[in-house]
Amino acid sequence: MHNIHLELSQVGISFPTPKGPFCALQDVNLKIKQGEFVSLIGHSGCGKSTVLNIVAGLYQATTGGVILKGREVTEPGPERAVVFQNHSLLPWLSAYQNIELAVKRVFGRQKSRAEMRDWIEHNLQLVQMGHAMHKKPDEISGGMKQRVGIARALAMEPQVLLMDEPFGALDALTRAHLQDSLMDIQADLGNTVIMITHDVDEAVLLSDRIVMMSNGPAATIGEILDVDLPRPRDRLALADNVDYNHYRSAVLRFLYEKQKKVEPIGSKRDAPSTRKADAHHAA
Amino acid sequence: MNSAIAVKQKWQSLRFGKTELQALSKAVLIPIAGLLIFLGIWHLGAQQVDTSLGQFPGPAEVHEQWNNLLAEHTAENDREAAFYERQQARNEKKLAANPDAEVRWREFNRRPTFFDQITTSLVTVMTGFLLATAIAIPVGICIGLSNTVYRALNPIIQIFKPVSPLAWLPLVTMVVSAVYVSDDPMLAKSFITSVVTVTLCCLWPTMINTAVGVASLNQDLQNVSRVLRLGWFTHVKTIVLPSAIPMMFTGLRLSLGIAWMVLIAAEMLAQNPGLGKFVWDEFQNGSSNSLGRICVAVLMIGFIGFLLDRALLLLQSWVNWDKTAVVR
Ligand SMILES: Nc1ncnc2c1ncn2[C@@H]1O[C@H](COP(=O)(O)OP(=O)(O)OP(=O)(O)O)[C@@H](O)[C@H]1O
Ligand SMILES: [Mg+2]
Repeated sequence: MHNIHLELSQVGISFPTPKGPFCALQDVNLKIKQGEFVSLIGHSGCGKSTVLNIVAGLYQATTGGVILKGREVTEPGPERAVVFQNHSLLPWLSAYQNIELAVKRVFGRQKSRAEMRDWIEHNLQLVQMGHAMHKKPDEISGGMKQRVGIARALAMEPQVLLMDEPFGALDALTRAHLQDSLMDIQADLGNTVIMITHDVDEAVLLSDRIVMMSNGPAATIGEILDVDLPRPRDRLALADNVDYNHYRSAVLRFLYEKQKKVEPIGSKRDAPSTRKADAHHAA
Repeated sequence: MNSAIAVKQKWQSLRFGKTELQALSKAVLIPIAGLLIFLGIWHLGAQQVDTSLGQFPGPAEVHEQWNNLLAEHTAENDREAAFYERQQARNEKKLAANPDAEVRWREFNRRPTFFDQITTSLVTVMTGFLLATAIAIPVGICIGLSNTVYRALNPIIQIFKPVSPLAWLPLVTMVVSAVYVSDDPMLAKSFITSVVTVTLCCLWPTMINTAVGVASLNQDLQNVSRVLRLGWFTHVKTIVLPSAIPMMFTGLRLSLGIAWMVLIAAEMLAQNPGLGKFVWDEFQNGSSNSLGRICVAVLMIGFIGFLLDRALLLLQSWVNWDKTAVVR
């Protein structure tokens, strides 16, 4: 449990834009242990997805790098499965076939046909999608699509599970339900997880550590909060827990006091007050 | 109370009947009205035009010529059947008299009727179109996938795309007669010339649309493919092709439309058998029936073009994964 599984060291990235390079991230340093659940939280546009994409290998860091089990990450691969922000299922394949594509790619040589079928069905059961496995993405709800996306990532048995706002587009009930199943699954399988979220409660409930990012450009890690709550965690019991509320307010304070976001919509509506806020932010 | 409900139900059923009527009139009555108005204008307009071959044919004369063409076709069929019957009888008689006799079997020298020409044109256009598709789709995929290939081929495509079939035809004719030499040709030279001309002209829309469809592949799906590290072949088969299908069919439909238009022009110019030659022959013939017969051909060409497009639409709705997509 104590060995470093995944390490981001001095990671920085700048995107080429017509107005010259745009430095999105700078000096991101993070060490993650085997089996740890880490949440990334921060204001919209600060660079959370970019961090995740660098770990996934979809973006190449301009400076620094990512090391997984002592090896540098240079390209995407199935050992770092991604649950995308918008599920990203292939619309022409059924839920089953979407997962099959991933499973065939990862276990094509090790498992027999029957084993693969069992494994795919097992993963669909895990997210309670067994009843609709032969439906196309267009025929199932948003929450169901997201569940299939999660099942696809889990079925690859990744060393690291990367999730970009996996429950962002869901209603509160479905979200709570999926959070509980994710906690169960992670307790069973012990994957290392990095999850991006906008939801403070979700971050505190699920994580071992919460990584809070400062605003961009040149965003970096502002604070890291260790969440030392016993597992298994129960959302109802935690609601009145003193520690839980302490962690919650720590994250809220970071987001709304230390990293106060200047809303671009407000600047259009009443410019003078925004200028004041700007000055406050700079100070 | 009861009667109130009954009245309400009656009212609802009446209303339902009304909307149904509206739907019916939209689907059937309005198109029929349009057609009738067109026929009326045609009929009146034709009477105003006097050509050197007589009055321009109206709908009635054209219908008469259609019947004539049908009758000619049946007559030719009968002639052919009779010819083979006579030949059969003659040869059997010969063999009965002398089992070792040498009998000759000859082919009937059929004069191609209007409907024979239609068949010829259809076979030619489908051959040219399939050949073009077989070239255009793979090349389009390569262009869409690779920027380098795109840059290399783009100038060539842009230059050849606007070339009219009339410009290709002399070149194709000369090249075919130079290259395609055989003592016992399986396919007629004129057939090859038409096919190649059609192919050259209808290659481009499919190629360009396939390339655009492939290149506009959703970034998220591309990321899925990268995370899974799919091989090139699997990537193309499971991700690129399905997502490019709608654009591909847009291109195919444009191509088939062009192929059909080009074919008629090519047949007319090069005297290749087919509908185009039929029109040209009638024009040269210059009898009082010619204009009516040409009108039949024009309507037939349009109708077949329409059917070809519908067939492709049907194929699209069958192949496309998105069954809810509206295809028109
Ligand atoms: N490919 C790119 N080219 C140029 N700039 C980019 C690119 N990708 C991201 N950026 C910029 O980098 C910054 C961080 O973007 P990112 O998508 O990581 O934000 P985020 O924290 O995930 O936001 P959200 O919570 O809204 O998803 C943004 O300012 C964005 O404009
Ligand atoms: Mg994001």
